[in-house]
Amino acid sequence: MEMDWIRGLLGGLLIGSGGAVYLLANGRVMGASGIIGGLVDGSGRSTAGERASFLAGVVLLPLLLTLAFGGVATHVTGNLAVLVVAGLLVGTGTRIANGCTSGHGVCGISRLSLRGIVATCFYIGAGGLTVILFRHLLGII
Amino acid sequence: MRNLYALLAGSLFGAGLHISGMTDTAKVQGWLDIFGDWDPTLAFVMGGAILPMAIAWRVAAVRKAPLTGGSFPEPPEPRLGRNLVIGSVLFGIGWGLAGLCPGPAVASITYGGSGVVVFMLAMLAGMGLAPRARSYLDRAVPAE
Repeated sequence: MEMDWIRGLLGGLLIGSGGAVYLLANGRVMGASGIIGGLVDGSGRSTAGERASFLAGVVLLPLLLTLAFGGVATHVTGNLAVLVVAGLLVGTGTRIANGCTSGHGVCGISRLSLRGIVATCFYIGAGGLTVILFRHLLGII
Repeated sequence: MRNLYALLAGSLFGAGLHISGMTDTAKVQGWLDIFGDWDPTLAFVMGGAILPMAIAWRVAAVRKAPLTGGSFPEPPEPRLGRNLVIGSVLFGIGWGLAGLCPGPAVASITYGGSGVVVFMLAMLAGMGLAPRARSYLDRAVPAE
């Protein structure tokens, strides 16, 4: 358990450093949903090249780390309906709200953006209630 | 050069998601589940990520332009708006259901099995539907 929070803190520092590079070098807010979403609908200011390069890094490093140090558990549900509904909600929701955990959460809160703080309160609140409802009351997840 | 910096940023982001354990849906749902065996890890990840990012915003405030040129992002929009709230609630429900958000889904796409691939395809479909959902909201819920 102690190892978990040290890894969490260390990983968090790396995540924030990635955001710092993206901001100071490219002048962009590092939001995963915005970077992916711009490739889907062509919106936003970043070029397709920098979006694809960013995502290549996001895919590549975890792959290299699992090859070097062994795999990690993901505990992804096998329930197909849950995965499809969750994916649709995450995709639509983050684009309507214009951000997710990285854009509103990390990048928004760190600049004390009211929108980032409010969005984070709502998605954490909704996520918490969802887990309580679907895990403890309905027993689906 | 922009692409190289983007690759570096994405690599740091991906490594951070992996090392922090955020690609493990059980840890994410464990943090959201305050009535279960609560897992505090996500709070450390958030705190750790906000620290360098807060410094970066300070640095950006005193610099004229990003390293590769262009301009820094506009100051945050002060208006909240119903889309921010509705979108975040929808996102939160999906996040709670699967324990996945966009970053970790991309990071674990090579080792998360078919489940992450299904989630990713549904997420991309959801993103494709978002403009329609937005215009539906414009008609159904009058602007504030």
